[in-house]
Amino acid sequence: MDWDWSFVWEILPALLQGVVITIKATILGTALALVLGLVFALLRRSRRRAVAVPVASLVEFVRGTPLLVQLYFLFYVLPDLGILLPPLGAGVIGFGVHYATYMSEVYRAGIDNVARGQWEAAKACNLTTAQTWRHIILPQAIPPMIPALANYFVAMFKETPLLSAITVLELMNQARSVANFNYRYLEPMTLVGAFFLAISLVSVAGLRMLERRYGRLN
Amino acid sequence: MIDWTGYLPLILQGAWVTAQLTVYGCALAFAVAFAAGLGRLSRHGIVRALASVYIEFFRGTSIFVQLFWVYFVLPLFGLTLTPLEAGVLALGLNVGAYAAEVVRGAILTVPKEQYEACTALNLTRRQSLRHIVLPQAFVVMLPTFGNNAIELLKGTAVVSLISLADLTFQAQVVRAQTGSTAFPFLSILLIYFLFALLISLATRGLERRLARGLDGARA
Repeated sequence: MDWDWSFVWEILPALLQGVVITIKATILGTALALVLGLVFALLRRSRRRAVAVPVASLVEFVRGTPLLVQLYFLFYVLPDLGILLPPLGAGVIGFGVHYATYMSEVYRAGIDNVARGQWEAAKACNLTTAQTWRHIILPQAIPPMIPALANYFVAMFKETPLLSAITVLELMNQARSVANFNYRYLEPMTLVGAFFLAISLVSVAGLRMLERRYGRLN
Repeated sequence: MIDWTGYLPLILQGAWVTAQLTVYGCALAFAVAFAAGLGRLSRHGIVRALASVYIEFFRGTSIFVQLFWVYFVLPLFGLTLTPLEAGVLALGLNVGAYAAEVVRGAILTVPKEQYEACTALNLTRRQSLRHIVLPQAFVVMLPTFGNNAIELLKGTAVVSLISLADLTFQAQVVRAQTGSTAFPFLSILLIYFLFALLISLATRGLERRLARGLDGARA
């Protein structure tokens, strides 16, 4: 089978539409994961066991099961309970919750990384707990986390093709439908692969820069 | 209420396929990880370059795309694979690339003195790798290998999309036939979770056993 450039040009607009959806899903998913991840991390540190234990179990469960199945769950089971989500909405929630569990570990490591003496000093300065978090702990904890969080952003980006399974018309789904329509798989599939490789090579370079700038979290 | 107990055997069949995929995939990933991880530390530039290209390529593209490529594009070049073979190949190569970095990282944690001691004892490179470096590095690799294996297990769900009858596929079948959604999806979520738990318990047990007698050498 030979590579056909004219076919490539023909399918490019459809694929680019898919790219837009892919990027949109990744950005929304990351935003949700960043917020939820912090919430999970903070709740897991709670002194109240009735809060900490269920959150910890939820995080472990979500981390131990496939994202695809979670997406199916959101897309097929929730409507039975009367919650009807659009495909992209279900996808963003699925990605957001799944990656929030990973990101909560990053937040946890980052928070644990702040020296104990900082807490004691904050107490000695008579800061409230909220003030301590806001002005002392988080400003020190967050910069070293940035490379690790960015890493998950890239990982999520590479997993967005899963959305095609719940009928979101992202890049992979677009490629598959043009491939099925024309009965040519070589160009669409290879273009999708090349696109992901290009984006991830660029983002790896970006990551290295972030790591140099903010240092690396152990 | 639909009687779904009749569908349980179907789900269990799917669990068997998922287990097979995970075991074969892990075996392939393990072999590839050592080949590529050691390759990256090779003295020969060409071997290092080949290993790096493999690792960057498979880590840089999505498992989903790789699987579709193996299943739909390879036949065009005359290599037709069954869905199970395609799944094992794609999962093994994908996770193997991540695990190769683990192998490399773990070998680099072995202190320099160990290598110097090997030289002092006149061990060949192969002997020192086999008897000194790898036994220590392997213990460091194990926990991350456990995580990689769980990633692979979770990756197997994707294989349902190339028509392999694994857990996720069977859940879709049950959904299509009964219209019941909660039973199939909750039960497979639970089964995946149990598998993941099994993997993490197994690696923890193995880690304890291999770490015996290595105290102080661990990073």
